[in-house]
Amino acid sequence: MSDDNLPTAHDAVHGHGEAAVAENPFADPGLPAHEPRRTDIDERAAKRAERQVSLMFVVSMLATVGFIASYVAIDKSKIVYIFPLGHISALNFALGMTLGVALFCIGAGAVHWARTLMSDVELPAERHAIEADDETRADVIQQFKTGAGESGFGRRKMIRNTLIGSMALVPLSGVMLLRDLGPLPEKSLDSTGWKEATPDAPIRLINMNTNEPMKAEDIGIGSLTFAKPGPSASRPGGLQETDEDFQQAIAKDALMLIRIQPDDIKDDKSKGLGFEGVLAYSKICTHVGCPISLYEQQTHHALCPCHQSTFDLSDGARVIFGPAGHPLPQLKITTDPSGYLIATQDFAKPVGPSFWERSA
Amino acid sequence: MSSSSSAKQAAPASTRAKPANKAEAAADYLDGRLGIYSLAKSNLRKIFPDHWSFMLGEICLYTFIIIILTGVYLTLFFKPSMGEVVYNGSYAPLNGIHMSEAYASTLNISFEVRGGLLIRQIHHWAAIVFVAAMFVHMMRVFFTGAFRKPREINWIFGFLLLFLGFFDGFLGYSLPDDLLSGTGIRFMEGAILAVPLVGTYISFFLFGGEFPGTDIVPRFFTIHVLLIPGIMLGLLVAHLILVFYHKHTQWAGPGRTEKNVVGMPLMPVYMAKAGGFFFLVFGIIAAMSAIASVNPVWAYGPYRPDQVSTDAQPDWYMGFAEGLIRVMPGWEVRAWGHTLNLGVFIPLMLFPLVLVAIAVYPFIESWITGDKREHHILDRPRNAPVRTALGAAWISLYLVLLSGGGNDLIATHFHLSLNDITYFVRAGSFIVPVIVFFVTKRWCLGLQRRDKEKVLHGRETGVIKRLPHGEFVEVHAQLDPTALHKLTNHEQYEPVELPAEVDENGVARKAGVVAKTRAKLSEGYFGEGNQIPKATAEEFKEITSGHGHH
Repeated sequence: MSDDNLPTAHDAVHGHGEAAVAENPFADPGLPAHEPRRTDIDERAAKRAERQVSLMFVVSMLATVGFIASYVAIDKSKIVYIFPLGHISALNFALGMTLGVALFCIGAGAVHWARTLMSDVELPAERHAIEADDETRADVIQQFKTGAGESGFGRRKMIRNTLIGSMALVPLSGVMLLRDLGPLPEKSLDSTGWKEATPDAPIRLINMNTNEPMKAEDIGIGSLTFAKPGPSASRPGGLQETDEDFQQAIAKDALMLIRIQPDDIKDDKSKGLGFEGVLAYSKICTHVGCPISLYEQQTHHALCPCHQSTFDLSDGARVIFGPAGHPLPQLKITTDPSGYLIATQDFAKPVGPSFWERSA
Repeated sequence: MSSSSSAKQAAPASTRAKPANKAEAAADYLDGRLGIYSLAKSNLRKIFPDHWSFMLGEICLYTFIIIILTGVYLTLFFKPSMGEVVYNGSYAPLNGIHMSEAYASTLNISFEVRGGLLIRQIHHWAAIVFVAAMFVHMMRVFFTGAFRKPREINWIFGFLLLFLGFFDGFLGYSLPDDLLSGTGIRFMEGAILAVPLVGTYISFFLFGGEFPGTDIVPRFFTIHVLLIPGIMLGLLVAHLILVFYHKHTQWAGPGRTEKNVVGMPLMPVYMAKAGGFFFLVFGIIAAMSAIASVNPVWAYGPYRPDQVSTDAQPDWYMGFAEGLIRVMPGWEVRAWGHTLNLGVFIPLMLFPLVLVAIAVYPFIESWITGDKREHHILDRPRNAPVRTALGAAWISLYLVLLSGGGNDLIATHFHLSLNDITYFVRAGSFIVPVIVFFVTKRWCLGLQRRDKEKVLHGRETGVIKRLPHGEFVEVHAQLDPTALHKLTNHEQYEPVELPAEVDENGVARKAGVVAKTRAKLSEGYFGEGNQIPKATAEEFKEITSGHGHH
């Protein structure tokens, strides 16, 4: 065993050279003598400890019975008030507490037993160096060399190199097999459900709460309204919660409508996309895609509650704070002859978080 | 061939003595098939040293077992499907609402299955405690230098367990498909989209098309219950085998050397203590789950990509990643028809780097010290001031980023400006770790000085003595040999020196960049002012012999 690898307490090779003094005042005094505990010498104390341990095991048994009784007896809908927890499920409380006590008491009993009644005499055990001795090392290396020589791996370079090549390539099959996990992105992130809107076939804006089309005058100054697409050629009933792809569609189509005094709109282009001060922005944050839902009507700031990107809706939804990298896309809206708000084209820029292929 | 003669032939008798009782007979039976006596020979009375901090690793092990037990139970009831259903159950506020089967079955586990809520809560609480315990356990190993040879590889196993624990926690959080978990997945999608070149493709392959699609919950489910736990189980077993093989580290003390391990035997003391501790941990987590609600998914409602609640927070261990993404300025580069979203991509890259910084530390330190020996005696953190300061600086960075991840909660609870907190975190990520580093190092050096003082001048007794000429002095008592040994047996490294600029033949020899860096780092670790030379035996004798002894 190469015990040299294990340093002694005072190693002069790496440490501050500690000169060997005849009598080292800092020398290891050796293992201290065992000091008996009360339970080691007083049989009555030992008996008491024994009873305490057993008591804990008995409490555990009772708690398990309590668990079973609670499971059977307590109705799952029962709510109780327990100070300071408030109104909580009686079943959850009873099951959890009884299970907790049943488990805890087994543990407490075992630990108490170990601490009071089992031997607490400390014993030393030798460590052995992890590294093998030189003889073993030489032997194993020789064996390996013999094996390697017999395989001819080192000699037959062509076999070796082609083996490495084939091993390197074969995982590619596994990677290829992942291809059908999903379709290719193509251009799908560039457009939304509003893409079918044209001046000839506009799509109405549907109020998310009332499920009704809305007029500009329905939107008060300073209010925030959420909207989704109405009927279109491919979705004659408009976007409905029952649609199979509702989640996917609403993740891109959701609109946030606000109305600002036209004079307060700082960005002329943004003003032009709106209708009499009603502006329609994508509700999906351009940072990582959370829906934006906090609006401060005095400042016209909208804030994403996930990462606090803040957009100035009176200024083309410019980012004024937070980690978003670009403004919220705005949807061009107008009204149809009956006065309902409509979109006649898709967002000019992709909604949601940035991606590599995003060009606008 | 005669069958009668072979039947008469008695089987050769075992050379082993007859077992004394049924238990011995059973053990003999198993030994004949499994070789249990050889296995148990050195392990039944294997010695474990005792220190409270050694239980931190045990908590990790036990919570992992609890997570697996409760996780299996939950899979019996959970439906990992995004198929849409209309909820019609006993939680009235959500009746008639469209939701995924995953969310509906989570509600059922919480309200219809008796004890289901408790198991869900135990599963989540145990996961939180598991990650927390891994963190603290890792800190213990770091600050005491227990990661040094021969344990560097086990440090890596532990690191991987922590990293995988993070991800499995995140995936588990995502499965119920409630509003909060869906928001977390959306965050992940946005982060993946920020990866240049392949981000969009990875996102489409992961989600089976556009976000959110209907594949993500079943896919996450398999990864959460099978793939990652399988890998973790393998790592955990390897981790424990190595702990067993290396034997435990121990603190310095009388009779404790690098070549032995002092403590109490596995049977019976550690069987009772460690086995009992499993029940203590399980019991406490069960009681916590009875009284403290975690992740009440019914209060959030089903996920819809156009809805969100405030206080959108991940579990705490993902909070620093959340902090990174919240405080990063929104840098976006657009060129040649492409968008590079640095505002998301940089945090995405920093997230693993913050963790990997800790993973590689053992290798950096052993390179600097050039120490190739095994270490089994633990360092007191004060005796490795630079290491301790680096660890403290890392923790401070972690906490600063965590406070960035909870900036909304800090703002509302302490009535602070959210923007100010974000600005503080932006600057603080760079400044705070540096301050913490220097403060911690000074603190360690101060403690080293105090140790030296105690060794040389003894401890203060509180007894004031008046000398004949009127001077008042405090009586100091010399330390006992045990304390003297404990305070002086640690080892102090010399900084590495660059080789002489000319060799023995007078030929110029240029030190490479690597050697120079190493010398610089070594000076920073062990140079003058970075450690206090410990008391030597000569100094001690000089002071304690003769006069001036008060």
